[in-house]
Amino acid sequence: MSDALEIAAAVRAGSLKAADVVEQHLAAIDGREPEIHAFNLVMVEQARERAAAIDAMVAAGNDPGPLAGVPVALKDNMCTRGVPTTCSSKILDGWKPPYDATIVTKLADAGAVVIGKTNLDEFAMGSSTENSAFGPTRNPHDTSRVPGGSSGGSAAAVAAGFASIGLGSDTGGSIRQPAALCGVVGVKPTYGYVSRYGLIAFASSLDQIGPLTNTVADSALMLDVIGGHDPMDSTSIPVAHPSLLDAIGEGVEGMRVGRITDLPEGADPDVLERTELAFDALRDAGAKIVDVEVPAFTFGLTAYYLIAPAEASSNLARYDGVRYGLRVEAPDTNAMYGVTRAAGFGDEVKRRVMLGTYALSAGYYDAYYGKALKVRRLIHDEFERAYQHADVLLTPASPSVAFPFGAKGDNPLAMYLCDVYTIPANLSGHPGMSVPFGTGADGLPVGVQVLAGTLCEPQMFRAAAALERAAR
Amino acid sequence: MSERISVEIVTKVARLARLDLTPEEIDRTTAQLSGMLEHFADIDALQLDDVEPMAQPYPLDNVFRDDVIVDGLDRDEVLAAAPAAEDGRFRVPPIIGLDV
Repeated sequence: MSDALEIAAAVRAGSLKAADVVEQHLAAIDGREPEIHAFNLVMVEQARERAAAIDAMVAAGNDPGPLAGVPVALKDNMCTRGVPTTCSSKILDGWKPPYDATIVTKLADAGAVVIGKTNLDEFAMGSSTENSAFGPTRNPHDTSRVPGGSSGGSAAAVAAGFASIGLGSDTGGSIRQPAALCGVVGVKPTYGYVSRYGLIAFASSLDQIGPLTNTVADSALMLDVIGGHDPMDSTSIPVAHPSLLDAIGEGVEGMRVGRITDLPEGADPDVLERTELAFDALRDAGAKIVDVEVPAFTFGLTAYYLIAPAEASSNLARYDGVRYGLRVEAPDTNAMYGVTRAAGFGDEVKRRVMLGTYALSAGYYDAYYGKALKVRRLIHDEFERAYQHADVLLTPASPSVAFPFGAKGDNPLAMYLCDVYTIPANLSGHPGMSVPFGTGADGLPVGVQVLAGTLCEPQMFRAAAALERAAR
Repeated sequence: MSERISVEIVTKVARLARLDLTPEEIDRTTAQLSGMLEHFADIDALQLDDVEPMAQPYPLDNVFRDDVIVDGLDRDEVLAAAPAAEDGRFRVPPIIGLDV
């Protein structure tokens, strides 16, 4: 049993022990983790203690909550008090946060069992999990290929049966793209839907936490638990979110599904074919297909790769060898900053810090960062117009299926192009999710992306559930 | 490809970013940033004069909350994670008094 809804129902009913669920997942980890490397840390003892406590609650007649006994894998950029949190970076190796992220508290309150911290591209910068300081994660469907990234560890953990649910963060596609490549569901909610308190910041105006799961219903379940306003995150939206679990039963009769006629080219034929079949599936389920235009979509990549590094260069200034993490000694503090950061950051992080610092520096701000913010507005407004004609939009989630290690070489732009279809939703703040929809080249999973308007998660989940039914 | 950024500028940016890059890293970064900026020129043709910059997606501003006193982080726990601490404070190498 691996679906969270089933596990939680059985544990709450007393017909399944949380301890047995944990042992089943630990056994799966024992079997394949050496070749997959999904985790930076497997929390064996903590998970066992937690499961025992949940079973004791059930035995005493108490309800542990909607995620009772569900094993959850956390991306290792989410703070867990007293448990190492590394961002897969040497600069945070060994750091134990003095507090829990809000989502960690919410998981505990809902009865979940955190089973480990998963690998990622260093500071979530990458699309293949090859940029981890602790070695790459391998795709469970084909271990010669990447799992996508940056939440590649969480995606692989769910696909390999190491955890029932993974949590990831998505700044430019870091949940949706690895979900597509690993054949699982991955959701980036509306910006502000989930509290970012305790999520180590990459680009604060783009980052959002979301689930990676085997089923659309499990993603709905998880978002129903972790969504909502948090006084500790002033960008979390102060409204009550309707239950997504309730929404997915409703079907897509009469729903307007938009096709973006000027979508950037570059997707492989197998991915485009599956996306076409997804349109057909929703039409067969009663939806109406409409054409929409988003001419600025194609400029998303440029806007993103100026804005995200700019914010990152500012956020990552805190890693200076003073308050936490690595310090390389030097005669004075200023020199210590420079050698510590040079030793602690990997190549991709350095590259983005450099790009961002340049885009923000005097004389170049208007030409790069300032202009990118205007393009961002353009993209946002064009999507808003599109959502007047369509309830959801369908696109590929990734231009290709999982690619072999090293396939993008040392050309950063080739890797950045992996995010071409996912980036616009981060810039605009709208929600998006990837749903597995059959297989493409070499029998590898293809994900179709469903996009929707601000806080229109219910419609997005209805469309995703219809695609899931059609794919089965 | 015409260079869109020079070694001198990259060296200055590395200093601003507090990154001690090696000469090889400076050269490689210069080439890679040049390639990226070449690609990023695609937005130069856009007419953006009347477009309002957008810094964040959701139109929240002046977020207030009640001034409720809660416990802060535990000082010893925070300092335990620091590379060096002394007398309840973070300890750093000399800041002044050296010719830097």
